[in-house]
Amino acid sequence: MDWLDQQQQYFETLQNFGPRLWDGFLLTVQLTLVGAILAFVIAVVLGLMAGSPSLWLRGPARVIIEFFRGTSLLVQLFWVYYVLPLFGLTLESSFTVGVIALGLNYGAYGAEAVRASLTSVSTGQWEATVALSMSWPHKIRRIIFPQAWALMIPSLANLLVHLLKGSAIVYIVGLNDFNFELDQLRRVTDAWFAYAFVGLIGYFLFALLLTRIMLLLEVRAKHKLGQGPTLREVLSPTPKMPIVAAHPGSAPSVPGGKASGGQG
Amino acid sequence: MMTLTPLATAQPSGESTGNIWDWDFALEIFPEILTAFIQVTLLVTVVGTAIAAVIGLVIAILIRVLPSPLAFIVRWAANFIRMTPIVVQLLVLYYGFTWMDPLLIGFIVFGVHYATYMSEVYRAGIDSVPKGQWEATKALSMSAGRTWRRVVIPQALRSTIPSLGNYAISMFKDTPFLFVISVAEMVSVAQDLGAQTFRYTEAITIAGLIFLAASYPTALLINRLEKRLAYAN
Repeated sequence: MDWLDQQQQYFETLQNFGPRLWDGFLLTVQLTLVGAILAFVIAVVLGLMAGSPSLWLRGPARVIIEFFRGTSLLVQLFWVYYVLPLFGLTLESSFTVGVIALGLNYGAYGAEAVRASLTSVSTGQWEATVALSMSWPHKIRRIIFPQAWALMIPSLANLLVHLLKGSAIVYIVGLNDFNFELDQLRRVTDAWFAYAFVGLIGYFLFALLLTRIMLLLEVRAKHKLGQGPTLREVLSPTPKMPIVAAHPGSAPSVPGGKASGGQG
Repeated sequence: MMTLTPLATAQPSGESTGNIWDWDFALEIFPEILTAFIQVTLLVTVVGTAIAAVIGLVIAILIRVLPSPLAFIVRWAANFIRMTPIVVQLLVLYYGFTWMDPLLIGFIVFGVHYATYMSEVYRAGIDSVPKGQWEATKALSMSAGRTWRRVVIPQALRSTIPSLGNYAISMFKDTPFLFVISVAEMVSVAQDLGAQTFRYTEAITIAGLIFLAASYPTALLINRLEKRLAYAN
């Protein structure tokens, strides 16, 4: 009966802690999504710069990318937290600190994915835009990026999961995220396994959801290029054509690692 | 959301305002940070990579040879480990097995976590072995063990080396997460040094530069290796 009582106690604690855990989870979701948006913007800007023929654009982009890829996320987090204020940039909230560190780090990895997929768009397409004398924004927006976008989604999906996992460290600058609240749960119950199961499963399901969404984005991007079924066909209860893809979370490359092609 | 306001008050700038970088202090703390780098960061990377390389291959082979329900379980267990944060995994083992040395927990978590990544690389390598090779081993009536050891794995491994190297670098840059289970690894040593003196700039920057100095040349080297292997094929 002792064992049963203990289980009940665990369950009650979990029940009392439910709202806090949920809040923490929502904060992790926010960190991931806002961080991912910032990372995406940085990735596209740096990726376009790194893919440009002009040395004045390519050089700085390469330095920034290699710097943020080469140093560790935790170093960057501490740097944003402790050192940036000395340069006159005080960040109002820990949330901003976390989002900036995540955005810069994973943005640099994403920039490699963006650059690699831009170079994978066939040269004929680039030449055609020149032949039609399209302006730079026009050709990137209408011709090059839509094709590169379909190519870069798998890498970006991997990076998104990496970003979610990386967000678990951000609690050290004072954010009550999912990981932090789980740690609090451990403190009051000594139930490490509850912590283990609730926490890991929570992160896992969210990561799974993110990869599924990215898979659907890929289907849509490919369909717009005239490849594969429409999103509607895939989502319908009786799909005519099943999604052909590796199992979720399959990671053919290190963030920006294998896709990077040439480093210099 | 992104409100950047000018420096106002209460920042840990210490007594030396206007003096952001102090060379004497930087030189003073450099040996300590470098020692932590060699003793912990490099050690965990090397041991973790070795564990990951072996377990990753085992996972890849298991998924290939086990009957499908079991292979399904192994595959999803690997997915589960791959898609959950290293930080949480470290904390779970740290509090779950308090008798274990934190460094040992580091070896296990980094080894197993990256094994799930490396198993994907091995899987791709195994898939790239031509079907004719498998058929030839059948024709020569080789045993399953011999087929794997002598024919499949040697051919599969060749193309995987650069990707494995990239994961080793990736693991290297994740080692600061050991901070959360209070292993005195480089970044936590740097943070400690900063906290003692309220001079974080030097310590954190040195730690970052050591990472850069170690990982960037290695990445270049792996890149060249990748290109050479691509040419050789």
